[in-house]
Amino acid sequence: MGAYELSLLTLIGINVMLALSLNLITGFCGQISLGHAAFYGVGAYTGAMLTTSGQPFLLALVVAALFAAVAGVIVGLASLRVREDFLAITTMGVGFLFLGVVRQQEWLGGELGISQIPETGLGDGGFIMLVVGATALVFAASVYLKRTWMGFAFDSIADDEDTARTVGIDVARYKLTAFAFGTAIAGIAGCLYAHYARIIVPDAFGFTVSITILAMVVVGGIGSTIGVTIAAVVLTLMPELFRFVNDYKLLLYGGLLLLTMRYSPQGFAGLVRQAAAKARSKSEATP
Amino acid sequence: MSLLDVSNAFVRFDGVTAVNDVSFSLDDGEFVGLIGPNGAGKTTLLKVISGVLPPGGGRVVLNGQDVSDKPPFVRARAGLGLSHQIVRPFRSMTPVDNVALAAGATETRNPLKALARTDRTAARARARELLDLVGIGDAAEADPSNLPLGYLKRLEVARALALEPKLLLLDEPLAGLNHVEAGRLADTVTAINGQGTTVLLIEHNLSEVMRICRRLLVLDQGRLIADGAPQTVMSDARVRAAYLGESTEDADAAA
Ligand SMILES: Nc1ncnc2c1ncn2[C@@H]1O[C@H](COP(=O)(O)OP(=O)(O)OP(=O)(O)O)[C@@H](O)[C@H]1O
Ligand SMILES: [Mg+2]
Repeated sequence: MGAYELSLLTLIGINVMLALSLNLITGFCGQISLGHAAFYGVGAYTGAMLTTSGQPFLLALVVAALFAAVAGVIVGLASLRVREDFLAITTMGVGFLFLGVVRQQEWLGGELGISQIPETGLGDGGFIMLVVGATALVFAASVYLKRTWMGFAFDSIADDEDTARTVGIDVARYKLTAFAFGTAIAGIAGCLYAHYARIIVPDAFGFTVSITILAMVVVGGIGSTIGVTIAAVVLTLMPELFRFVNDYKLLLYGGLLLLTMRYSPQGFAGLVRQAAAKARSKSEATP
Repeated sequence: MSLLDVSNAFVRFDGVTAVNDVSFSLDDGEFVGLIGPNGAGKTTLLKVISGVLPPGGGRVVLNGQDVSDKPPFVRARAGLGLSHQIVRPFRSMTPVDNVALAAGATETRNPLKALARTDRTAARARARELLDLVGIGDAAEADPSNLPLGYLKRLEVARALALEPKLLLLDEPLAGLNHVEAGRLADTVTAINGQGTTVLLIEHNLSEVMRICRRLLVLDQGRLIADGAPQTVMSDARVRAAYLGESTEDADAAA
């Protein structure tokens, strides 16, 4: 693989992690978020600030996850007080709030962001391996989580949270757990991104990015780890393959998001399931 | 010993007083029917007991614990099982998983412990027993969205039973069931009561109510207008006027 392919692989890994982290909150636990890029940003800025001030990269990675999770729990606490449709608006507001604050803060580099983010000390190969390893870990953790009793409780909350309460589920604690896990992973992805790009600007964590992540989750199939992973890979490659995609990202991915929600709410994973069911009933009909 | 004490429960929706200063107690092991005409406030009262609806006033004491300000999940853990009048299955799950989730309430009690556990075998086995008990074992793996009302009503009952409640609140579980199915489910609930579970049953099917309940509470326009043995309650002039005006034959048939 050449340098370009390796760089692309890193970006794909970061985006897969990001999409799976939102899938945990929106797919597994049913809590919509239109501002996920903010937590990605918290992780990126935290990590970049720490390593540019001389702290070791691995420490930065841990603290980035922690800060993002704290921000996530705070937003989660706010989300407990609002109904579903308002959650979309609240999280969108959080996204804009993050951008607004970061742009104004001199010590965070303002509009220019943070540049000259140091090397991780792992070397190019080591860094790529770290990203790939972390991605694999997040993927495996997603698959595992879905099978646990926590995943089972998430299913019920995504389905009907009032009824979940009547069967003894502490919905608030589960939602906060989903927010904590999902945003911590987004924070890690952010810190990795900062040390991949070596320069970060506020726009890298804007509304377009939040919509892109949500599009990966919805197009792939809300709640489907494999579907979301595939969608994250494809949607990361698109702007690389077709230059114009980058210029119309919000329009294209926003459109894709709406089309999927309108015509195939279960996303790509749902289409595959339907096709498989059809094939099965056909083969049963003609033995 | 009293298992449930409701005192001065009050609920007002804009314009309508749905529950008006209702007080009563249930003793451990009782089988009580809650009846009254449409819109009397029965479901609303049940929601106050289960905590689904924050009341405008009053207290609920369950098993010696004041749960008035406690959310529904705490009341469920304190021994309360609820079946809804308007069925609410988890539609993304099969009936067996609907019931297994409730049967595994100890597994989901603590989210982090729940993260460490994957085995659903025991909960699913228990769920299957309960589905068989209420007579819908044949639909264990079906899609709830394709099931008739009579099945979903019984799924509600099975899911409530899976919590192993001390107090079972049933809101019209017999609706949508034919005569034979209704009689069978009524017998099942009676048997469960015989094993010690206290039952509060809302039901419009008066002949079944008269057959299985040993005490009746009557609500009318949010007020508790009678409380006592079924025969006595049914011959009460106020009850007859308020509730039975429209279905005298039912009461006569049952009396
Ligand atoms: N969420 C609500 N908002 C406004 N009014 C309500 C609401 N729920 C119930 N009501 C009103 O409160 C009153 C009591 O309703 P409730 O459902 O408790 O009666 P019920 O005795 O269960 O009737 P039924 O036998 O038809 O089930 C009715 O007048 C109803 O219209
Ligand atoms: Mg009712």
